[in-house]
Amino acid sequence: MNSELLIKNGRVIDPANDIDEKCDVLIIDGKIAEVGKIEKDAQTIIDAAGKLVTPGLIDIHVHFREPGDEEEETIASGSAAAVAAGFTSVVCMPNTNPPIENETDVEYIHRKGRQARKTHVYTMGAITKKREGVELAEMGFMADAGAVGFTDDGNGVQYSAVMLRALKYAAMFDVVIAQHCQDNGFAGSGVMNAGYYSTILGLPGIDTLAEEAMLWRDIQLVKKTGVRYHAQHISTAGSVELIRAAKKDSLPITCEVTPHHLLLTDECCAEYDTNYKVNPPLRTAKDIEAIKEAVSEGLVDALVTDHAPHLQSEKELEFLAAPFGIASLECALGLYVKALLEPGILDWVGLIRLMTEKPAKIIGVDKGTLGVGEQGDVTIIDPNAEYKVDVSKFRSKSRNCPYQGWKVAGKVEKTIVGGEIRFSVGD
Amino acid sequence: MALKRKNKQFRWRRKHLLGLRDLSAEEITYILDTAEGFEQISTRSVKKAPPLRGKVVCNLFFEDSTRTRNSFALAASRLSADVIEFTKKVSSVSKGETLLDTAKNLEAMGIDIVVIRHSAGGAPKFLSRNINVCVVNAGDGFCEHPTQGLLDAYTIRKIKGSLEGLKIAIVGDIAHSRVARSNMWAMTKLGAEVIFVGPPTLMPTQVGRLPVSVSYSLDEVIEKVDVINMLRIQFERLGGNPFPSVREYSHYFGLTVERMKRAKPDILVMHPGPINRGLEMESEVADGDNSVILEQVKNGLAVRMAVLFLVNQAAAQNY
Repeated sequence: MNSELLIKNGRVIDPANDIDEKCDVLIIDGKIAEVGKIEKDAQTIIDAAGKLVTPGLIDIHVHFREPGDEEEETIASGSAAAVAAGFTSVVCMPNTNPPIENETDVEYIHRKGRQARKTHVYTMGAITKKREGVELAEMGFMADAGAVGFTDDGNGVQYSAVMLRALKYAAMFDVVIAQHCQDNGFAGSGVMNAGYYSTILGLPGIDTLAEEAMLWRDIQLVKKTGVRYHAQHISTAGSVELIRAAKKDSLPITCEVTPHHLLLTDECCAEYDTNYKVNPPLRTAKDIEAIKEAVSEGLVDALVTDHAPHLQSEKELEFLAAPFGIASLECALGLYVKALLEPGILDWVGLIRLMTEKPAKIIGVDKGTLGVGEQGDVTIIDPNAEYKVDVSKFRSKSRNCPYQGWKVAGKVEKTIVGGEIRFSVGD
Repeated sequence: MALKRKNKQFRWRRKHLLGLRDLSAEEITYILDTAEGFEQISTRSVKKAPPLRGKVVCNLFFEDSTRTRNSFALAASRLSADVIEFTKKVSSVSKGETLLDTAKNLEAMGIDIVVIRHSAGGAPKFLSRNINVCVVNAGDGFCEHPTQGLLDAYTIRKIKGSLEGLKIAIVGDIAHSRVARSNMWAMTKLGAEVIFVGPPTLMPTQVGRLPVSVSYSLDEVIEKVDVINMLRIQFERLGGNPFPSVREYSHYFGLTVERMKRAKPDILVMHPGPINRGLEMESEVADGDNSVILEQVKNGLAVRMAVLFLVNQAAAQNY
């Protein structure tokens, strides 16, 4: 028996197919069957009048902490949080305990994702064994098992020769190599941006050079190898300049930004609130301006949360001792609206493009569009609904979110994964 | 305009002393004025006064300290408080009982004032947010050491009459020095001009945004200043290799007898202690006529009595 789901009267935004019009979307047996004016009865009909109907949102940078730190988050709790935030696909980072470094690990993540039955759960694999930056991990086996890219996220690959080898080797598999750009020599034991605030707060700083030096080096390696490279969570004006130049040279380089690097500055650390301790650290207003300029120029390819859950007991420490990370998955869309849509940097089409089509391309999956025959992943958004961020209602296991009490607009009404309604507002 | 005499209208309202950055010139002056009143207690035959009788002060020290810890202990006991010592050496990320749990335990024991020294900048502020007792910062990372800043300002004021218009050099590892920071806040608020002197590798990030001027040459500065505060080179805090050798550092930044010859005759030579004799300062200078190093130690006691007295009073009045 066919299962049919018809979404009627919404403003359908499908950047990949240049669609932005009021029409209907029909999903049959979990696949997009038709987009247009559809006069038809269906088992399930959703009236989306006044709402946006978009391809399912994709976040290519989350930490679900499984295996190893299940008290902070699990794939079940993380993907429940994701689906409630409109995401239909997420990419887990491999810095788990133990890290994701062979095909068995990759399959484990996939299995836990399927069992959770919320979003599609992908994973990246580690570039190097134990993420130590010395010996290559089994990238081939992991790619065959479905890993959608490689990164030592949390660490940057320090040795230039190792990074060069990783890029060369990856050429066999048509996968993306992603980097957390951080030269440890410059970063030292830093816990926040190196600047005026680190000086008066008496905290060791992380210079912007830590990110920029590694990004510059990696760009040279990409020039040499031609392998696809993705700069994760860029945070500085200098990184924007490097990306601008690299794209001008038509290098196969993409980059992503997080809500916090669009909305928060190092001044937020002034009260030693560890919810603002994140890596890369919060920078300055000048950096935010540069990153927003990059978004408006089309230099940024993906919006990601870098959702990094931690327990309250771990964050209730001295700023120096608390772990890095912000858990923002569940208010992500509202934060992007505040950072990019409200100031007019992006319109809805532009915003959705950076949350669907473009990130799907980076990881090389057939997702992020409403093309006929594609998987029926759809997000329905009420663009005008305002709400207050309330961390106590998060489905995530963690509450380390500095946006508590923020008023944001853009609320997810329904999230449909493979033609199945996995989240409805009020759930 | 800094107030010289006790301001009758002013009311001290802070139950914590976390740093000098947030304090006004009026508040700093008020502490110094209060300290003046306490100074004579130490000269009596019975060196005790009753204002903290029945109160418990806890010295919570996570870093090595002799003089600051003893100075606070003595200050508390001169004011008739009971003092308990809690000394624990921890690295900033060591496992075991968290700072918060330690503090909550102390709170449960009925402590009134916690005097905390910790290697993490912001640790006192963190405590003040989470426990309901007075918190006094005795040094946090390289953020602040407010009572040192106060006692240095007190010492200068006592001898020079005022800080207004004085030129004060602070020499050494500024980047890792909480003393430099607290000195800077106190002295500039009281109208002095502060010059940070040291190699560029020991200057903090964006030092240009601080209310000070910067010099890399002690030789250029030595003739101009009314006060010179020599910081201790803290080998335990220096990351990497910020200068090539101790010998080279001393050559450029050591306060030698030779350099002293070019200084103003009434220059005050200060040092927060303990001194690395022969490194940042030659012994003849440390023990010379211009040195007020032991005066600083003596004044520290009065200043700490004033601080303990004031925070306790503010707590009692529910500010």
